[in-house]
Amino acid sequence: MDQHFPPAADRPEHQGGDLVRRHALATRLWHWTNALALLVMLMSGLMILNAHPRLYWGHYGSEHDHAWLVLAALEDTAFPGWMTIPSNYSLADARLWHFAFAWVLVLAFTGYLLWGLLRGHIRRRLHITRAEWNPRHILHDFVAHVRLQFPTGTAALDYNVLQKLAYGGVLFVLLPTMILTGLAMSPALDAAWPWMVDLFGGRQSARSIHFIAASGLVLFFAVHMVMVVLAGPVNEVRSILTGWYRLPREKGGAA
Amino acid sequence: MILTRRKALQVGAAGAGGLLLSGCDALNDSAPFKDGLAGVGRLHELTQRAIIGDSLAREFTEIDMSPVFKANGSLRVADPAYRALLAGGFGQWALRVDGLVHRPLALPLTALRAMPQRTQITRHDCVEGWSAIGKWQGPQLGAIIAQAGLMPGARYVVFHCADQLEGKPFYESIDLVEAFHPQTILAWRMNDAPLTEPHGAPIRLRVERQLGYKQAKYIMRIELRESLAGLYGGRGGFWEDNRGYQWWAGI
Repeated sequence: MDQHFPPAADRPEHQGGDLVRRHALATRLWHWTNALALLVMLMSGLMILNAHPRLYWGHYGSEHDHAWLVLAALEDTAFPGWMTIPSNYSLADARLWHFAFAWVLVLAFTGYLLWGLLRGHIRRRLHITRAEWNPRHILHDFVAHVRLQFPTGTAALDYNVLQKLAYGGVLFVLLPTMILTGLAMSPALDAAWPWMVDLFGGRQSARSIHFIAASGLVLFFAVHMVMVVLAGPVNEVRSILTGWYRLPREKGGAA
Repeated sequence: MILTRRKALQVGAAGAGGLLLSGCDALNDSAPFKDGLAGVGRLHELTQRAIIGDSLAREFTEIDMSPVFKANGSLRVADPAYRALLAGGFGQWALRVDGLVHRPLALPLTALRAMPQRTQITRHDCVEGWSAIGKWQGPQLGAIIAQAGLMPGARYVVFHCADQLEGKPFYESIDLVEAFHPQTILAWRMNDAPLTEPHGAPIRLRVERQLGYKQAKYIMRIELRESLAGLYGGRGGFWEDNRGYQWWAGI
């Protein structure tokens, strides 16, 4: 018995091949709401970045100052139309989309976080035990992942430490960072809550961190897609749509 | 088999992407959808105003200032009357204050300089994303409006400017809450020197809790109005009328 993936006491006996409930309704609703909101935020955000595709550290920064990242010359377009909302240049329209879907993102995120924390769901699924924090354990899981050795049977129902780190990182690091750095770019909110922009070291730093955290979410999405495909896309997509997941069979079983 | 499946996936992905994009563009071109988005934008104004109250924008010190303060929007005014005023050092210029006021005013630069002054080093945030920190000096807008005397019904302050963009006169507007905010000034001095033409000589608005496109330059006339309807495009400013930027520029 792998002590890192103890089966829950009340979990009925299941074996590979059984259909089991995997994702709570709240998780599924939030997953798809968040996916839609993040896609719109990313594409409209790239259009906003097209207006000034240079990033700075500190409180100020313009074309006269040193940029740590220049995505394109000011007269060029950094992100082509197929990546942006709308596809033709419009900073004003991109801002309308970005700020409207920011409400969707923030309300859905807050709702899911409160539900997950109050119901103990996040603690049950994402809490990383001391044993799991052990670098050797993390390395072991990492090597298993790279070798595409995924857990089978009921062990597949629990997230491994890499999954916990990825999902926990999105939930507790990347999304809160996106939201706070977004708010810190508002001159009105900076007047009301100066601590927020100070937290990031200035408005241009907040803008840079907004971009870095967005890149982190894109990276998460890319790995997420690869893992879904490798783990069995039909089963994974069914489970996040309907909640039902077919437990992977043991190697060499009646597969 | 693998090739055809890969091909099918590629076609599928391209098709889905294309559908998504054309779908977003179709939504973007639909007036009801756009109105919906703008309606949510209005929610930002209400929320932000409830949060910010009468808070002050951060004021910086001289060591925090941008070495070069970027000039944006109109950089030169073509109007011959303006050019004559500029050539004369604005000695013949006077700021008109009219509309819903008891005492319409014509304030020369000397009068504006003689009023109590406010000096503030603040961050200017362009809607495009860049920021610059500069030092501004001038009388508070609230004091000028008080001097003219508000008539009942006055709700908006409109700034009529000397410059034109795309052949249209430039104007901007704020409401009385922002107009009487202590940091809302008519700056005639920037970084310890009289305002230059690219930065809006003889005076420009500083309304520090909003984005750069609200900071009207080359102000010739201030008009107190009950409503923004019926004035040019009716949305309260050149950028609002012609580019679709939101009138509330706190975000």
